[in-house]
Amino acid sequence: MNSTSTVELITQKLAILEPQQIRIVDESARHAGHAGARTGGGHYLLTIVSPKFAGKSSLARHRLVYDALREMMHKNIHALSLKAYTPEEFDLIPTH
Amino acid sequence: MDTQETIKQQVTTHPVVLYMKGTPQAPQCGFSAHAVKVLNACGVNNLFAVNVLAEPEFRQGIKEYSNWPTIPQLYINGEFIGGSDIVTEMYQSGELQKLLQEKKDQAAS
Repeated sequence: MNSTSTVELITQKLAILEPQQIRIVDESARHAGHAGARTGGGHYLLTIVSPKFAGKSSLARHRLVYDALREMMHKNIHALSLKAYTPEEFDLIPTH
Repeated sequence: MDTQETIKQQVTTHPVVLYMKGTPQAPQCGFSAHAVKVLNACGVNNLFAVNVLAEPEFRQGIKEYSNWPTIPQLYINGEFIGGSDIVTEMYQSGELQKLLQEKKDQAAS
């Protein structure tokens, strides 16, 4: 599987959330070989900044992201570490 | 009883339930291991853990129950709290400790 295209695909699917920033780190190599990784999906670390998260709990934000990526979950994506911020919250993080 | 009913019974009869890969003593996934570590740090001593690798019907069943695509999944008094990232976030903000303490106080009163 070409991991570059998975990252591109994730970015495309997340466009629906009108993100101001998306950072995707492919951590698949760190997990290669462990039992859960056998299905072939990758491990990704995703940071997404979107005004659509305003007024929403973490649970609701994660659901929005999972919904956008629904058909990729467990096919191209085995595991996703997720940080979801509003632009205002993201600005307050001292080190981006 | 079908899987969905069994899950409902598990999460409502046990105050703290974690659906995970492996056991709390021997987790099989970094995210599950992390969730257990956080719960231990909160002083949870009544954790009911379901190993979805040993009980495969729950592996799919729990995702349908919560409409949440990943494991681990934490439930407190029947309520779905979230996965590894949310549990960590809530621990860092102190929200998780507060929630667990509230439930403990409710049970004691």
